[in-house]
Amino acid sequence: MSTVVNEKPEAVRMSEQGKPVTLLEAIREGIWEEMERDERVFLMGEDIGAYGGAFKVTEGMQQYFGAPRVIDTPISEIGFTGAAAGAAHMGMRPVIEMQFIDFISCAYDMITNYVATSRYRGSGPQPIVIRGPSGGYVRGGPFHSQNPEAAFFHTPGLKIVYPSTARDAKGLIKAAIRDDDPVLFFEHKWLYRRPQLREVLPAEDYIVPIGKARTHREGKDLTIVTYAAMVHKSEEAAEILEKEDGLSVEIIDLRTLLPLDEDAILESVKKTNRLLVVHEDTRTGGIAGEIAMRVNEKAFEWLDAPILRVTALDAPIPYSPPLEDYFLPQTEDIVKAARHLANY
Amino acid sequence: MASKTKSPPAAAIPHGLTREQLLEMYRLVRLTRSLEEKLENLFRQSKVVGGLFRSLGQEGESVASAYALRRRTDGTGDMLSPLIRNLGSMITVGATPAEVVRQYMAKGDSPARGKELNIHFTDYQRGFIGQISPLGDLVPVMAGVTLTFKQRGQDRVGMVYIGDGATSTGAFHEGINFAAVQRCPLVVIVENNQWAYTTPTRLQTAAKSFVDKAPGYGVAAEKVDGNDMLAVYGAAKRAVDRARAGEGVTLIEVMTYRRKGHAQHDNQSYVDPAEIDRWAASNDPIDRFIVTLKENEWASADELRAIDERIDAELDATIAEAETSPLPEPEEALTDVYADGPVRAPWTRHTPADPTQA
Repeated sequence: MSTVVNEKPEAVRMSEQGKPVTLLEAIREGIWEEMERDERVFLMGEDIGAYGGAFKVTEGMQQYFGAPRVIDTPISEIGFTGAAAGAAHMGMRPVIEMQFIDFISCAYDMITNYVATSRYRGSGPQPIVIRGPSGGYVRGGPFHSQNPEAAFFHTPGLKIVYPSTARDAKGLIKAAIRDDDPVLFFEHKWLYRRPQLREVLPAEDYIVPIGKARTHREGKDLTIVTYAAMVHKSEEAAEILEKEDGLSVEIIDLRTLLPLDEDAILESVKKTNRLLVVHEDTRTGGIAGEIAMRVNEKAFEWLDAPILRVTALDAPIPYSPPLEDYFLPQTEDIVKAARHLANY
Repeated sequence: MASKTKSPPAAAIPHGLTREQLLEMYRLVRLTRSLEEKLENLFRQSKVVGGLFRSLGQEGESVASAYALRRRTDGTGDMLSPLIRNLGSMITVGATPAEVVRQYMAKGDSPARGKELNIHFTDYQRGFIGQISPLGDLVPVMAGVTLTFKQRGQDRVGMVYIGDGATSTGAFHEGINFAAVQRCPLVVIVENNQWAYTTPTRLQTAAKSFVDKAPGYGVAAEKVDGNDMLAVYGAAKRAVDRARAGEGVTLIEVMTYRRKGHAQHDNQSYVDPAEIDRWAASNDPIDRFIVTLKENEWASADELRAIDERIDAELDATIAEAETSPLPEPEEALTDVYADGPVRAPWTRHTPADPTQA
């Protein structure tokens, strides 16, 4: 058991001091602030206590907040997800960590059958945040690189958040913790410590509302709807397309996948008349299909070209660099698809 | 609850119970059985929506175990989570026949307002959380409930019921292990009624006994005759006291028998009828309780009869009233999915979109 320290460590005072933070540090600051603000917030997960978690998101928290609020659990995703549900029934606001988001599938039953339906069944709200590192580009192989959002996208009662910037990550984790519904909060591990994503965040308390997309880049020739790491791949592609083709690409960062900000998507499509959906998850049954279908139903008349998508291939995510690079969507894939759309 | 009547004549009542409490236990177990019998009649008249699950032969252990809890109606008492055959435990902590009948009839004014079935409903004031159908899930949930009691320094206890079949689930294992490690004030009642739908216990586990699993989790355990209400109460009381004293989890294995099929639609073709008859003739929990009450002169036949008659009249009135309750409005299907208002109507089905007009 670790000793409680009363001094807030330097690592979570960066924004206070006007220093830039990484996406990971932004999430840590967000959780920290919510734990200070609301004593009902507590953490559970594997190795999150004295060690601070596999990626160190919860570093220093057990020492500061004490072991009863930062609980190291047995390896038991259905167990501690269920325990979070029980604690939520009693008025607590648990934040639980999947050490890698891949392991969320072990708790699939508890999340989809129990947590997501609780309010509906009359068992009351489930203000739980289920967070964890997701995504590829880090050579993690089949069980440390997945994007399981589509498996939960189909479950009413859940909210799904997947930020792409440090500012959004902090504002959204705070919003997720304050939300009265269960929120799955995906953190792209390739973005965790990327120096390019460091930014100075507001010193004061702020949230980013769940359910609202963000225009990452303004454009008029075509829309890319995307989220998480793909926002940055799309940005690289947009710069190439601007330089080499003179194309003006609009990028919509969904930020929240469930509920989906349909209005933002339709508004952009009506402006640019061309839509490319980009996600890192595999293609079949992926979120891109739902987005394309909604645009088809609601904005078909505005389209000047078929909707295209760039996604991972329909295979488990592989380990070796040439395999992973081939499997995951790359900037040049986005450039190619966008050119096809623009020239249609 | 202090007794104001004469002290017990012959034998002293065990476990510190009073004569009034024994009569209350009798009323609760009788009410449970009578309510299920009435529900069976309603089922035959097609007034029950979906399935009906009887706890015939196991009502005693549900009532007696829940009776050991601190029962409150203001949200400060102990908490329990029943399984499908624990109507008795819910009745004991204050669920009403009116609620149960409305639930089974899928009425709009049922506790779950037509969104969930049978005894799957919740009331935090009276202290019960409805189970869900994937079995085992409530063990980790109750681990979390009792973790919160501990975090807050409250001396409240949780009790979770699980069948012999559901002990095979991963959720059971993860939940009891979590609660054991955290020393949560949790009582786990394993009801060994010898059948999980059509699967006998010997095909469920190679363990000789469910109490044998307890040392593996590092928790206390006790095995008890589930059709002896006073024995069940005693075991539950000891476990509840242990939990309240900060001594952690207890697993209680109650030995009982499911005399009906899994549900009404199950004809029990896989069971030797003689086995059912044997339990009915010589090991019915209510019959045994009556014998104990009378032999020890803790209750008279007249007193018990008066209780029976009152229950019967009350249930008939309750059912007549429930039958007049309306079914829910269809649009209710979209409420309470999220905190922030009803979900938007599925626009492609009820209001097809015109892509030229959007």
